Amino acid sequence: MTYERQTDFGTPEALSDTFVTLTIDGREVTVPAGTSVMRAAAECGGAIPKLCATDNVKAFGSCRLCLVEIEGRKGTPASCTTPAEQGMEVSTQTPRLEKLRRGVMELYISDHPLDCLTCSANNDCELQDQAAAVGLRDVRYGYEGADHLGTQTDTSNPYFDFDPSKCIVCSRCVRACDEVQGTLALTIDGRGFASMVSAGQQGDDFLSSECVSCGACVQACPTATLQEKSVKAIGKPERAVVTTCAYCGVGCTFRAEMRGEQLVRMVPWKDGKANRGHSCVKGRFAWGYANHRDRITKPMIRDKIDEPWREVSWDEALTFTASRLNAIKTQYGARALGGITSSRCTNEETFLVQKLVRAGFGSNNVDTCARVCHSPTGYGLKTTFGTSAGTQDFDSVMQADVILVIGANPTDAHPVFASRMKRRLRQGAKLIVIDPRRIDLVRSPHIEAAHHLALQPGTNVAVLTAMAHVIVTEGLADEVFVRERCDWQEFEEWARFVAEERHSPEVLEAVTRVPAGEMRAAARLYATGGNGAIYYGLGVTEHSQGSSTVMAIANLAMATGNVGRRGVGVNPLRGQNNVQGACDMGSSPHELSGYRHISDGDTRALFEADWGVTLDEEPGLRIPNMLDAALDGSFRALYVQGEDILQSDPNTHHVAAGLAAMECVIVHDLFLNETANYAHVFLPGSTFLEKDGTFTNAERRIQLVRKVMEPANGMGDWEVTQALANAMGLQWHYTHPAQIMDEIARLTPSFAGVSFERLEAEGSLQWPVNAQFPDGAPVMHVDGFASGKGKFVVTDYVPTDEKTGPRYPLLLTTGRILSQYNVGAQTRRTENVVWHEEDVLEIHPSDAENRGLKSGDWVRLASRTGETTLRADVTDRVAPGVVYTTFHHPATQANVVTTEYSDWATNCPEYKVTAVQVMASNGPSEWQESYASWSEKSRRIVPAEPAE
Amino acid sequence: MDADRLIYMANQIARNFEVRGKQGAIAATADHIDKFWDPRMKAAAYAALEQGHAGLSTIAQGALEMLRRGHTPAPQSLATTFNAVDEAGHSDAG
Repeated sequence: MTYERQTDFGTPEALSDTFVTLTIDGREVTVPAGTSVMRAAAECGGAIPKLCATDNVKAFGSCRLCLVEIEGRKGTPASCTTPAEQGMEVSTQTPRLEKLRRGVMELYISDHPLDCLTCSANNDCELQDQAAAVGLRDVRYGYEGADHLGTQTDTSNPYFDFDPSKCIVCSRCVRACDEVQGTLALTIDGRGFASMVSAGQQGDDFLSSECVSCGACVQACPTATLQEKSVKAIGKPERAVVTTCAYCGVGCTFRAEMRGEQLVRMVPWKDGKANRGHSCVKGRFAWGYANHRDRITKPMIRDKIDEPWREVSWDEALTFTASRLNAIKTQYGARALGGITSSRCTNEETFLVQKLVRAGFGSNNVDTCARVCHSPTGYGLKTTFGTSAGTQDFDSVMQADVILVIGANPTDAHPVFASRMKRRLRQGAKLIVIDPRRIDLVRSPHIEAAHHLALQPGTNVAVLTAMAHVIVTEGLADEVFVRERCDWQEFEEWARFVAEERHSPEVLEAVTRVPAGEMRAAARLYATGGNGAIYYGLGVTEHSQGSSTVMAIANLAMATGNVGRRGVGVNPLRGQNNVQGACDMGSSPHELSGYRHISDGDTRALFEADWGVTLDEEPGLRIPNMLDAALDGSFRALYVQGEDILQSDPNTHHVAAGLAAMECVIVHDLFLNETANYAHVFLPGSTFLEKDGTFTNAERRIQLVRKVMEPANGMGDWEVTQALANAMGLQWHYTHPAQIMDEIARLTPSFAGVSFERLEAEGSLQWPVNAQFPDGAPVMHVDGFASGKGKFVVTDYVPTDEKTGPRYPLLLTTGRILSQYNVGAQTRRTENVVWHEEDVLEIHPSDAENRGLKSGDWVRLASRTGETTLRADVTDRVAPGVVYTTFHHPATQANVVTTEYSDWATNCPEYKVTAVQVMASNGPSEWQESYASWSEKSRRIVPAEPAE
Repeated sequence: MDADRLIYMANQIARNFEVRGKQGAIAATADHIDKFWDPRMKAAAYAALEQGHAGLSTIAQGALEMLRRGHTPAPQSLATTFNAVDEAGHSDAG
């Protein structure tokens, strides 16, 4: 599409079943009751001049430009704050209004720089537009006298500037920060002429303030006061393409605003149903990695991993790879080969990788990053509900009365959804947080958790069982719901189990360290506070009882009747953007797309007929099993698309040993990541900006990814996989990802009604999309569970085998931070490093004092599997006995410390509980130094010889 | 495959099914291993069983013996109940 600003209706949409009809400038318009006159005018094609109004924040009535006249009423009310009424007759353009508006505009312009031609917002400025709209021709006051034109520009933020000389103090930025983002970092400082937008306290600039750089203020600004540096550097965009973000599982949609082949900025798309026009610092600004100097765009090969890389042609790389893979298959059998699909790649690309493994390699050794994040969600929710996808859409949170957040840190990991949740909390919903750390949600502006259960890491099941004990023994269960919707006998068995005295909060307090009174109060609130919605993350799943915890959560929701309608539910917050899609596409070693087991003959026959091959009927290896099998010689070749298992998976030494034992490791990625240090083939990847496809977010929402620029490496990832398949002798002839989606739809019942054509027309679809749900299903289990009856499962608390002791007396838990994403491969190559240039270790003051540590000191973090060093951050955000770090930086490699312990059902690693010791250190560990040296050696590249 | 690691995994599965009682837990453990383990993992576990691996729990041992005899139990929970070829109801997205 050519570049046009997104439609702005001036005030938010009113939601009402009652409608009113009014007349605006002689035109009749019908709108929901509560709609402003301004919005009603915009909906019938009129445009009342405005400056302080924009439709993602509440009306403010400050600029006095949107005045109208209403028949039978005195004065000239502001149309933004005046609700439309039945029979109202409105005039938006009269001589009186023209004069008033022109007078208002004169005042604005008398204190505004007249540098339009050199201004970065030239021709894309609402002030400029409105000056034209009101017919401003002169400023009677002149330009002498006091003004703000000499004020300094704040350039501290890496992505946008704040130039107060251009500010009209409309407060749109302040209101966007308050209402949309919920950080409340901005304010109007001073009064009258001295009024000025201010970030934080006196002396703060944007960077040092509480600002989280979500970009809402920049988007809201009607002038060039808050402006993207990229627009200043490049100029006004000339076209816009709507696409889907490649970061977290929220799946925000953006307009990629382009100038030629150059991306000028990413602006959240207001029609996007996942993000509703909001964004975070990653999706909005952190896309510079796409053109980073580290990007590899030429294929490379080497015989051994201690040799330098050789740049080669695509033909040579693919022939080399296919020949190695075929040789290994011939010598060791098909089960010696496997692949890992990427949750950062599209559904179509993921589908092709698993197809290559199954139809080309001939094995079921395919897995995906869900193994190390939400695989217990799959197991746990399927066991209880029959299907494990998140039960709600994101909008549902606005109808929740009690929000229970367990093992998730949405403000850092799912910030756009967190803003929606915070909006609901500011409206009065109650909050329960179950987390060993005092995450930001526990106490932030206008939000305070009713209960923060700061449990001992590893005791989730005990806490949830104790809460269930309270609900059952105090008669708080929703018996009507359970009798109607669940298996009553199983409920009774579960209720007897949790009601045992050994499961009371008082008895379990010794294990969980949560005061019994708090636990009881939290349980009562969840059970009786109205709509109860549970949101959880990897603090639930990444434990030895991850699957049991998910089942315990589902038990609580069913017991209290909090499933099957809006405002309730069980909602896993997915880590990566397409982790849901990767799983849907058959990335697990035991099942084909649509969750059909590989042992089912009818399902295999369907795929065999379509693909023209015979499929292995036995489940394949999961990622950790692949590494184990590599060490015993039965697994020899691995194709890894868009994942960095060396950095992300637990027990780095073990991962490295497994990779080093393989004969052919193929890394298909944007950068020479840590896994590539052990690879023989590097196939350059493409960014989400460079290809077409679809992502499926945590709401099961399938959305289009659109190519906005040509791939720097010459091929989309789906084309690379196809080229490799054909080099191995397969005959694939896809010319566009839409054809791959057609194949997915043909073979996958839950995608039967999905096509690029429909997605193009409808924006998004939430699966299942089939004969039963032709338009998809926003909320699951509305008329009953997928399995018929909800299944209560007794979840016995089994303590982890990872124990603290004299050598390792502290418990380490790991997580993420707002500005970085996963292993940091993308975000470390952006200006986001300003906020997080290294991983640090959070340690409680008492533990720090015992060790003589202060913030900023180097510390050695050691477990039984390995050790690393990093700087300390002394904070009471963590409880005594608990330390915390992130895993975004390879220089730290936090996973050198984590262990091989994993969830009993799925092998999801127990990242959240590692017994460690912390002590003072004077610099990097021996391992860090040797790894840095190895890494540097492994990344040597011999350029291709120029053609004669 | 490292027998100790596999036996640890089998025991861990068995321990979490223990609340079902011995026979129920044996069937559930066998069902789980049958549906989710690669053939070489199963073979290595059977080998450890035959060699009388000392670390095997009673339930895990019962499950491996059941599978080695060629008896694969019917699905013991919804976790091991998968969609039929034309079904869309179940999912286990991780």
